[in-house]
Amino acid sequence: MKNKDERIGGRMSRVDAQLKVTGAAKYFAEFEVPNLVYGVLVPSTITKGTIKSLDTKKAESAPGVLAVLSYLNAPKTPAYQTDEPSKTSSGRGPGMKAFHDNKVYFNGQPIAMVVANTFERATYAASLVTAQYEKSSHQTELKSNLDKGITPKSKSLQDYQRGKKDAYQTAPVKIEAEYIQPTEVHNPMELHGILAQWEGPDKITVYAKTQGVKMTQQVIADTFKIPKENVSVHSQFVGGAFGMSLRVWPHEIATILAAQKVQRPVKLVITRDQMFTIAGYRPHTHQKVGIGANKDGKFVGISHWANVQNSNYEEFTEATVGMTRFLYRSPNVNTTYRVVPLDICTPIPMRGPGEATGAFALESAIDELSYALNMDPIDLRMKNYPEKDPEQDLPWSSNHVREAYQLGADKIGWSNRPKEPRSKKENGMWIGYGMATGTFGAHRREATARAQLKADGTLLIQSAASDIGPGTGTAMVQIAAEVMGMPADQIKFELGETAFPYAPIQGGSATVASVGSAVHEACMALRQQLVELSGNALKKAKVDTLVYEEGRVRSPTDRSASIAYTEILKRNNLPMLEVTKEAKPGEEGKKFAMYSFSVHFVKVHVHPTTGVVRVKHAVAVADAGTIVNHKTASSQMMGGAVGGIGMALQEEAVIDHRYGRYINNDLANYHVPVNADIPDIDVLFVDKKDPYINPMGAKGLGEIAIIGMAPAIANAVYNATGKRIRELPITPDKLI
Amino acid sequence: MKTSKKTIENEARRDFLKQSSVLSALVLSPEKAIKDPNWDEKIAAPFEKVPLKLEINGVKHTLNVEPRTTLLDLLREQLHLTGTKKGCDYGQCGACTVHSDGQRINSCLTLAVTEEGKKITTIEGLAKGDTLHPMQEAFVKHDGFQCGYCTPGQIMSAVACIREGHANSEDEIREYMSGNICRCGAYPNIVDAIMDVKKGGQTV
Ligand code: FES
Ligand code: FES
Repeated sequence: MKNKDERIGGRMSRVDAQLKVTGAAKYFAEFEVPNLVYGVLVPSTITKGTIKSLDTKKAESAPGVLAVLSYLNAPKTPAYQTDEPSKTSSGRGPGMKAFHDNKVYFNGQPIAMVVANTFERATYAASLVTAQYEKSSHQTELKSNLDKGITPKSKSLQDYQRGKKDAYQTAPVKIEAEYIQPTEVHNPMELHGILAQWEGPDKITVYAKTQGVKMTQQVIADTFKIPKENVSVHSQFVGGAFGMSLRVWPHEIATILAAQKVQRPVKLVITRDQMFTIAGYRPHTHQKVGIGANKDGKFVGISHWANVQNSNYEEFTEATVGMTRFLYRSPNVNTTYRVVPLDICTPIPMRGPGEATGAFALESAIDELSYALNMDPIDLRMKNYPEKDPEQDLPWSSNHVREAYQLGADKIGWSNRPKEPRSKKENGMWIGYGMATGTFGAHRREATARAQLKADGTLLIQSAASDIGPGTGTAMVQIAAEVMGMPADQIKFELGETAFPYAPIQGGSATVASVGSAVHEACMALRQQLVELSGNALKKAKVDTLVYEEGRVRSPTDRSASIAYTEILKRNNLPMLEVTKEAKPGEEGKKFAMYSFSVHFVKVHVHPTTGVVRVKHAVAVADAGTIVNHKTASSQMMGGAVGGIGMALQEEAVIDHRYGRYINNDLANYHVPVNADIPDIDVLFVDKKDPYINPMGAKGLGEIAIIGMAPAIANAVYNATGKRIRELPITPDKLI
Repeated sequence: MKTSKKTIENEARRDFLKQSSVLSALVLSPEKAIKDPNWDEKIAAPFEKVPLKLEINGVKHTLNVEPRTTLLDLLREQLHLTGTKKGCDYGQCGACTVHSDGQRINSCLTLAVTEEGKKITTIEGLAKGDTLHPMQEAFVKHDGFQCGYCTPGQIMSAVACIREGHANSEDEIREYMSGNICRCGAYPNIVDAIMDVKKGGQTV
């Protein structure tokens, strides 16, 4: 019997659920490797300058210590011989050479690594390493360095202009305001690190926390100039990443150098405070939005400026101003993006990179405009809905954002929203409703899957994809079950190994579209082979009408014209049928504008005296094409909404600029949402297939889950209190 | 020249032993013991480690541990019970939650030696053979996780939450589960899973 939950659109439980709830799922730091030793990093205590001297003697003679690695004695990799930082592999390599010279670029930068035979000994010995520095003056504050912003090299972030520049200024009704996004840190629950083991002089195995095993493989091969095939990367389970594992960090290379030095496998697990300093963050961003409309609400012009925190040793950019160019119909739009180099670590994409920050500014400004126009904010957005993408002048592959507004408005009870801010109380609390839109490119990349149909009727599919949490394996099994007409428990999908065929990084919400397409095509190819090998069992039924169900292929009309897959293999004396298929995006990206959309609705309570904001109810609506698994997709949307609550109300990594050092770098002082902060969250899907993007019609979900949530909350807070908070997070001090 | 790794290690050890003024004892050691490449480790062990007896998931362990070793690192690094997770090591996230004589504790804030004689239950000890504990079942059913890294801690906490009598309403569950951070944001599903088990009335 066909179980609908196992097919595309079902609600199947995760295929790896059992492993996760029993503790059997193994994350990188949990592999038992003989002779394993432990690395612990020594951070710099200054922000900028050079190391004059490093005293490692005490550490070296401490019990169990095998080596203290630093620029003084670390092995030099071939790629380090060039002057440029080893920015190989399309910028996914470490932007800074580990232990290469005595330069200090930011506070907390690893200056040494102690390797010892137990974690305790390494930790203790690391505390014995001391350094003398030649300090230079540093700059870590964005606000006082805004004038140092430079135009990035990135093509997509050059100044953009459509129509007249700053046309909003001439509009009858206009808003001009500045919005501030603080530094946010990914803080997945699993600490970052790596376990590295050299198998020979040019052969290495690593267990990594990565969003792409092939990416990690390429970077290591490039850095050590060894053949790619000699680098094995294992990463089946990743304890969250949210973008932080989209590159190889210097401390990973440092660990590999350490393993080379001591000729033993070395494991590094960085500390929670190091998660703040050496593994990226969502950059602190100052934005300004100018938006003008006619009295009827039609936009005249939008201008959007962003100044973004960056490091001093490489360029990082994200699409902060991107959605302003296409989300609404406006004849005049201009955007400006500047990076501000500071003495800190380089940022890295964090869930909804750029757009989440940009949406806070744009969607807050639109809400402000709606009050100025005395118009409902949903009506204002509907009024400016673009029938096609105004940036690329292309039709949408699919855009159901208007339906999403309706679904969300009904669910949250939008009609209860007070028209006047600060006009309604419930149980002594000010109540307010807010909403905002999110969008992110619906990407698809090249991917390959290998499918093996075995004589016992089971199907094994492999691809070097990642799963940082969304449930990749589960979705792939459902896609295969759908195409093959097989029960899910006979299908296994394996990922996270470089030995498997190529899959792209898990980033930018593209895994289902990319790897899912490869799985789909591999299964289609298997079907074709089965038919070709079926002899006369199908009695000449037309090939394109054949039905694949219950592990059999049959004629649509004549049930006796049917044969089991296992029977086909048996008759042909085949132990297995194997196909490897590469799937690539076609020309559709040139013909259509492809985006996912989300709309977030929230209801908040604000305490009149203390200014504490509580989200009482949230509704997240997604137009993400076909939903492959409603259970896991719903969790993903929920998780994004939770992240958005953190972004709106709690999260801010604070630097003491006198020292250039984070002062709240742990989970007690950097607040992320806990269970008591989270209300009921309803997730709704438009669930309409995108006809062009890929065979499943699925658009990405991971990013839009968070994009728009923070402005929805800020807008609700204004509705509740009449106070417009333009600097996140919206902490009580800003409301009283 | 320190070429071999063993030499490096042993020299480090020797330095330490010199400082620890244990050298006089070594003078009396038989020739054979000194030739043993691990002789210094062996001799140092009694000075650095303390004996510890405890029961983990029904199995009795007689161990020697350094006093500074946390219960979490003992479980993960020495006993290879890696189901218990390290999320912060500072008692701030709950990923390391285990039961000690039935009470939920943060194993990263617990020195192993303080658990002498205690009965420890970790996530690996919750299921009965192949039969999942009702809380594990409920987490699967309600999709109470994504990446799964906080999950063992959440489940150990959730079981304790019901046993403590702190699962009488959704709000109470939210409050008493707030020591366990889930960065993937599975909180609403976690609450549903706990409510489900609580309402089902099974013994947990
Ligand atoms: S690891 Fe123990 S509370 Fe975080
Ligand atoms: S499931 Fe990923 S942190 Fe909870």
